[in-house]
Amino acid sequence: MKRIYMDNNATTAVRPAVLEAMLPFYQEQFGNPSSIHWAGQAVSGAVDTARAQVAALMNCQPEEIIFTSCGSEGNALAIKGSAEFLRAKGNHIITTAVEHPAVLDSCKYLEKQGFEVTVLAVDGEGMIDLAELEAAICERTVLISAMWGNNETGTLFPVAEIGAIARKHKVRFHTDAVQAVGRVPVDVRAAGVDLLTISGHKFGAPKGVGALYVRKGMGLTQLFHGGHQERNRRAGTHNVPGIVGLGVACELAVADLAVQEGRIRALRDRLEQGILSRIPEVQVNGHRQQRLPNTLNISFAYIEGEAILLFLDMKGVAASSGSACMSDSFGQSHVIGAMGVDAMMANSNIRFGLGLDNTEEDVDFVLEILPEIIQKLRDMSPFYSERAAS
Amino acid sequence: MYSDKVIDHFTNPRNVGVIVDADGVGEKVSSSCGDRMKVFLKVVDGVIEDLKFQTYGCGAAIASSSMMSELVIGKTLDEALALTNDAVAEALDGLPDPKLHCSNLAADALHDAIKNYQGEGA
Repeated sequence: MKRIYMDNNATTAVRPAVLEAMLPFYQEQFGNPSSIHWAGQAVSGAVDTARAQVAALMNCQPEEIIFTSCGSEGNALAIKGSAEFLRAKGNHIITTAVEHPAVLDSCKYLEKQGFEVTVLAVDGEGMIDLAELEAAICERTVLISAMWGNNETGTLFPVAEIGAIARKHKVRFHTDAVQAVGRVPVDVRAAGVDLLTISGHKFGAPKGVGALYVRKGMGLTQLFHGGHQERNRRAGTHNVPGIVGLGVACELAVADLAVQEGRIRALRDRLEQGILSRIPEVQVNGHRQQRLPNTLNISFAYIEGEAILLFLDMKGVAASSGSACMSDSFGQSHVIGAMGVDAMMANSNIRFGLGLDNTEEDVDFVLEILPEIIQKLRDMSPFYSERAAS
Repeated sequence: MYSDKVIDHFTNPRNVGVIVDADGVGEKVSSSCGDRMKVFLKVVDGVIEDLKFQTYGCGAAIASSSMMSELVIGKTLDEALALTNDAVAEALDGLPDPKLHCSNLAADALHDAIKNYQGEGA
């Protein structure tokens, strides 16, 4: 059975050139870049190179990059680190209802520490209202955290406009760009961003490495203590192979943005149009225009998402769902819920995340098997027969 | 995540459908995740002669409906009333923890159908 991977928003395969660049740093060049001897110095240059590659991708200075272990760490360092650092200035944070749990739960933690958090609502397409954002800013506001691209729907926030509002009111602005980077152009200067989180494994680097952009002059309270690494902002021995891999992945991502915008978007649109034309009573979730080029979140009336995923999996197709039954936590996806999607449609949302390895044949295979899967499940559903009868 | 039996019953569910002139119809909706099962019974001399179901829900919900149907067809109403949700899960070689309280409703839906039959028969 051919295996088709369409869950690239969850994680991606390490790209061959990335792995190749990493391998020497496990055995031949194993040194600690903080050491002054030959073994350390041989690798410290590699970390510098990677830092420049990451900085080039997002148009910042290399010294504005802090290497981290993952997206969650970047988000925690940005949010908790800023809040604690700015505590004397104020205790109010603004975020949105559709953020990744790493952001929302960091904010919840800060609420327990005495911070006040405003969570902005979104409309049916997952978009925030900029006037509402601006109205929420008060004298005590120290941080706005709003994501670049949504992990479930792909909806893109107007980051540059959020940045302009933040600048105007002199409020620090963090954006979780874990899904956006490598898929759409990310320019921190143009967007007026102060802090930006990325995670390597979402775009061809390995798991366990990420980076946080911290604009020059933005103080942060450390999460990890006990080391001088990353200019005293993040203690911990550098994950040299991972960092090298992240650097190469960033360099490849710059070159591949045109592929994302061209070939990947065309594949996603082929999948979307194909489903819409073959299967009745479906609904695309998220913004139809302002959306990551690789992401399709789509709901099928009368049935439940996990059942669809299981049948897809049996045919070799890996996709994902934010639906209730996928995890220990009951209740539908907080993202789809915040968009006001009707409960049954929310329960059947499937996310297809296309990637560089996908082909037109992959998309056509999904289009071939999906109508039958949906019909089989609808034929079992009491909601479907009641609707057909009425 | 799922046992082979769950996958088997999910992939090829037994007794899916509707009995138009059913003797009893029952239903159960999960309060936690919205899964919904509808059960149709044909009863002859106190024995479940036929049973059909419709289920809206995840793999576990569909598999437990199917397993329940296999367990009670040919059984007396008293035997069917003694069937528990846990026994259905056990017959499936277990369900993942989160599913036990969410999608494991087949016995409840069955009992509702039996009560419906007995109510109308009385």
